[in-house]
This record gives sequence, C-alpha cells and structure tokens, in this order.
Amino acid sequence: MKVLVALKRVVDPYVKIRVRDDGSGVETANVKMSTNPFDEIAIEEAVRLKEQGSATSTTVVAIGSEASQENLRAALALGIDNAVFVPNDAMLQPLAVARILQQIVVREAAQLVILGKQAIDDDNNQVGQMLAALLSWPQCTFASAVKIAEGGASLEVTREIDGGLEVLSATLPAVITTDLRLNTPRYASLPNIMRAKQKPLTTLTLEELAVDTQTAFEVLSVAAPKTRKAGVMVDSVDALLDKLKNEAKVIA
Amino acid sequence: MKVLVIAEHDNRELKTSTVAAIAAAQKLALPIEVLVAGYHCQTVVEKVRTLAAISRVIVADHDVYQDQLAENLALLLHSLSADYSHILAAASTFGKDVLPRLAGLLQVSMASDVMEIIDANTFIRPIYAGNALATVRMHDAIRLVTVRSSAFNTPITTHTELAELTVCDKRYALEKTKLVKRVESKSERPELGQAKVVISGGRGLQNKENFALIEQLADKLNAAVGASRAAVDAGFVPNDYQVGQTGKVVAPDLYIAIGISGAIQHLAGMKDSRVIVAINKDAEAPIFQIADYGLVGDLFKIIPELLTKLP
Ligand SMILES: Cc1cc2nc3c(=O)[nH]c(=O)nc-3n(C[C@H](O)[C@H](O)[C@H](O)COP(=O)(O)OP(=O)(O)OC[C@H]3O[C@@H](n4cnc5c(N)ncnc54)[C@H](O)[C@@H]3O)c2cc1C
Ligand SMILES: Nc1ncnc2c1ncn2[C@@H]1O[C@H](COP(=O)(O)O)[C@@H](O)[C@H]1O
Repeated sequence: MKVLVALKRVVDPYVKIRVRDDGSGVETANVKMSTNPFDEIAIEEAVRLKEQGSATSTTVVAIGSEASQENLRAALALGIDNAVFVPNDAMLQPLAVARILQQIVVREAAQLVILGKQAIDDDNNQVGQMLAALLSWPQCTFASAVKIAEGGASLEVTREIDGGLEVLSATLPAVITTDLRLNTPRYASLPNIMRAKQKPLTTLTLEELAVDTQTAFEVLSVAAPKTRKAGVMVDSVDALLDKLKNEAKVIA
Repeated sequence: MKVLVIAEHDNRELKTSTVAAIAAAQKLALPIEVLVAGYHCQTVVEKVRTLAAISRVIVADHDVYQDQLAENLALLLHSLSADYSHILAAASTFGKDVLPRLAGLLQVSMASDVMEIIDANTFIRPIYAGNALATVRMHDAIRLVTVRSSAFNTPITTHTELAELTVCDKRYALEKTKLVKRVESKSERPELGQAKVVISGGRGLQNKENFALIEQLADKLNAAVGASRAAVDAGFVPNDYQVGQTGKVVAPDLYIAIGISGAIQHLAGMKDSRVIVAINKDAEAPIFQIADYGLVGDLFKIIPELLTKLP
C-alpha cells in the first residue's frame, strides 16, 4: 500500500502574528515558519505504517513557496521515502489544494492519503474531506488511532468527536485526517538528516498537473480582532468573590 | 432562493448547536428549511417543526442515516442542493466532517467557522487561532458555511403551529464506511458549548485525581468543565473537554481558567467569554493579559477556599 502525506508550511504555532496595517493579510515575511503541526502527526503516522509493514512506500507532498522544500527534506529525514514539491506562491483555497492532491494521488497510485485535520494558519479544516469527495473515497477525519486490517483491504479509525470518541471502519483506498492525539512525532537523528539529502525530491508544476486552481472565494480584507480591555488583579478569594457577585454579577 | 440548515441530532434530541445555525440563517433574510436525516428521528422532526424561524422541514428517515456519517449524508445533501442558495451547519465535528465533503461533491468553496454574516455573500471568519479576522466573499451559486455556535446564541422562538413537512425518500446506502461504535462521554453537567459558566483546568492540576477539584467547583456553580490541551493529553479528562483553536470554542458569561498558562491556542477557544477569571501561581502567565479578574496563588489552596466560601 502506497501512502501519501500532505504537508503545508505555515507560520510557527508559537509565533504571535501581526496583521498588516493595510488589511491585506497576516505578515509572513521574516517570521518563523514550520510544518503544520497536524501534518507532522500525519508524517509520523505514515512512517509508523511503513515500519509496521502496512505501507510499502511513503510520499510527502507540499504545495507552496520554494522554502517548503526545507519542510519536505525534514519529512524525508523523519523516514518518508520520497517527496513531491508543487511550487506555488499564490494563496490557494482548500478546493484548489484538494484538486492538486487528487492529481498527485492518481500519479502516485496512492491507496491511503493522510492529511492534517486543519492548517493552523487559515484554520479551514476542509482539504481532506474535499479530497475524499473528489476521489469518491471514504474519509476518516479527526483520527486519534489508526489500524490497518490484515491484507490491507480496510482500516479502523478512532475519531475524536464533540461527544467523545467513535470508531469507524472504512474500505481502502481512503483519506485520513489527523487529530492531536494520534501520535507524538519523533525527532530526526543526524544520520537520517544526512541520508535525507539523497532521497528523491521531485518538482511538479501546476502546468504539468493541469489543475484548475481558480475558486470563487475571495478574501476581501483581514483585520485584527478587538482586544479585551485590561482587567484587574485581586489579592484574595474574598475579593474575587466580591467582584464576581457585585461588579460582574455573574454569580449569585 | 432558500437556505438549508442541516440538523445535528442523535435521532432523539436536536443538538443546540443546530439552533445557533438556524439563528445564523435568519441573518440571511431568506426562507429557512431544515433537513433532518436519521432513523426513527420523529422527536427531532417534531422539535424542529415548532421553531418559528423554519418554513419547511425535510425528513429523510432511513436506516442508512442512523449513524449520521459523512459518506451518504453528503450524497443526500448533494441531491437536494439545487433548490438552495446557502447550506449551513454548525461548526461542530459533525458539520466539519460533512460540509466540506459536500463542497467537494459540488466543486464549490466553503467558509468554515463563520462568526458574522455581513450579507448573503460576505462573511467574517477567524484565522490564525482568532488572532486575525478575514472578511470573505463567496461567488459560487451555492454558499456552504459552517457557523460558530457561540457567535449566534440568540434564542429562537417556538410556536404551536407546525412548519410544513416534506418526506424525502432518497436512500443512499453506506458503501465504504461503517460505524463500529461510539463512546460518548456522559456527564450530568451542562454541555460545554451551552453552559453559562465554564471552569477549565490545565496542567497545573498535576493529575486526574486532583482534577476532581475542578469538577467540585463546577458542581457548585452549575458549570460545564473544560480543559487545556495539556490536561487532555495527560489523560486528566476526555478529549471532548478540550477548549481552544483545535478543540471547542466557548463564550459563556463566566469562564474560570485554573492552572492554565494561556497559550494562543487555548485563548482562541475562550477569549470571547463575557467575564474571564484566571487563577495561576505564576503572575507572568499570559492568561492574566486577557482576564477580567486575576488571582495569583496556589490553586491547591484557592480551590478549597472557594469551595467552602461558595454557597
Ligand atoms: C497545533 C496545536 C494545537 C493546539 N490546540 C490547543 C487547544 O485547542 N487548546 C489548548 O488548550 N491548547 C492547545 N494547544 C497547546 C497549547 O499550545 C499549550 O501547550 C497548552 O494550552 C498548555 O496547557 P496548560 O496551560 O494547561 O499547560 P502549561 O502551559 O504547562 O501551564 C500550566 C500552568 O499552570 C500553572 N500552575 C502550575 N501549578 C500551579 C498551582 N499549584 N497553582 C496555580 N497554578 C499552577 C503554571 O504557572 C502554568 O501557567 C495546541 C498546540 C498546538 C501546537
Ligand atoms: N498547500 C498545501 N500543501 C499541501 N498540503 C496542504 C496544503 N494546504 C492544506 N494541506 C493539507 O490539508 C490539511 C488541512 O488543511 P485545511 O483544510 O486548509 O485546514 C493540512 O493539514 C494539510 O495536510
């Protein structure tokens, strides 16, 4: 079974972002960037499937700026076999990303695609589900455990849902999106970082893929949210209870 | 044109987040219809029919819809979609599973987690964990939107005259996915998304046994219990307690964060609460920057004192 993993390069989750004054978006120049944390979890899961013998090969794909190749190399150092880079500097909507991934799934003859549940920049939480629809494949979103059945014809996925957990079984080929508790990603060792330099990283252009990336979705402006006005510090439980009762009037 | 809202339910009860989705739909000033797809879900249908905002309820009552899975619900919605300019669902794990799949089938874009509706095509949604707000315009003939429940909490009036009912006999079988089991975390406390008061605990609680302090406090205040990711990852509480960018978003009248540092990802899930209280032993903890009332101290002293002083 060939496994494909999607990777998006995003602003590091621990960076405090700044909205550009002209409302055109969030400042990304000279800002620390990372692999989307949910994609790190997807990469780890793919590597584990290979180690367990469920996956025969693993490929990681990123659509984005030239610098995304650094993130692809990092994924190779973690144990992914090969990488595909699709250069693109425009802001793509999830539907366009899903269309590109669909073409790559076909080219790579992938049987399982693992994506993050959401990219932590745009917080869309859409690409995996859209891709599954485009492929007419089953989807197992928000996965916290994945088990491939003997023989690789189906899989069982535990999903984190609002009311608790659910277990879904699905036929392969399938799409999985990862949730936080699926696994804890490993660190790359120095020898593996060196070895990763020899692993194949292919570039595929949007022209070669012949994908329509136009969508009818327009971002008009981006603004900073209202900030809360500064609060007060209280020095005792009694003072706190007094404030909550008599000032905020939120407790009886 | 008309708006279709997808009802979320367990075949017995309508989820309150659906009411928020209906409240959001009202902002579009178009006739609102609701799809109830399920199995033996009459009580849900009857409940929806009493909501004054609704002009019609479409019911698809078949065994194949019992478990509310995305595979066939998306197909059912696809088959109904031509009549609508908008399809809305709550931005719950259910809505986030089904609606993007429908968008894929229709080959249209969608807007996730919408907090404000400007007009029929223009919406405001949070990005970067709510640290920026994007105003987006959708030009597709059909607009798919999930809405953030906490941003649309106006109650919907009910009436005795029931909305029109249409039976839909389209039956899409589940071919590729099957529910094996659902393990719901049961609680007598109010639902996290609905509660007027939420008490959340973080890593500062140290272990599962200590987390009971948060629960005792919640019981005193008839509050729901929430948690930071660190508390969930450490196994103090189940996953569905997680508040934040990648968990639940809440906006109660009172949110009390105890032993939580206030990472961006946690703030994303609670910073629209009306009154925020932070209790933390570290005076520099970022949570104090957004708290209305901050108390620096050891939670293991403060919670017991609160428990004795609260009625
Ligand atoms: C992709 C991604 C998604 C994430 N999503 C979420 C999310 O949805 N929700 C979320 O919450 N986090 C999320 N996080 C994690 C987030 O970044 C923080 O790591 C997490 O919120 C920290 O939890 P905490 O505040 O409980 O722990 P810590 O940051 O360790 O804080 C513990 C606090 O407890 C205080 N404390 C300790 N002992 C006591 C005591 N005796 N009395 C009083 N105070 C005490 C300490 O001073 C400290 O401030 C996400 C992270 C990533 C990368
Ligand atoms: N530009 C991209 N390149 C590769 N994968 C992507 C890209 N954008 C999104 N994805 C994948 O889709 C997942 C969900 O993204 P989203 O729906 O945008 O929140 C991410 O976690 C990635 O796995």
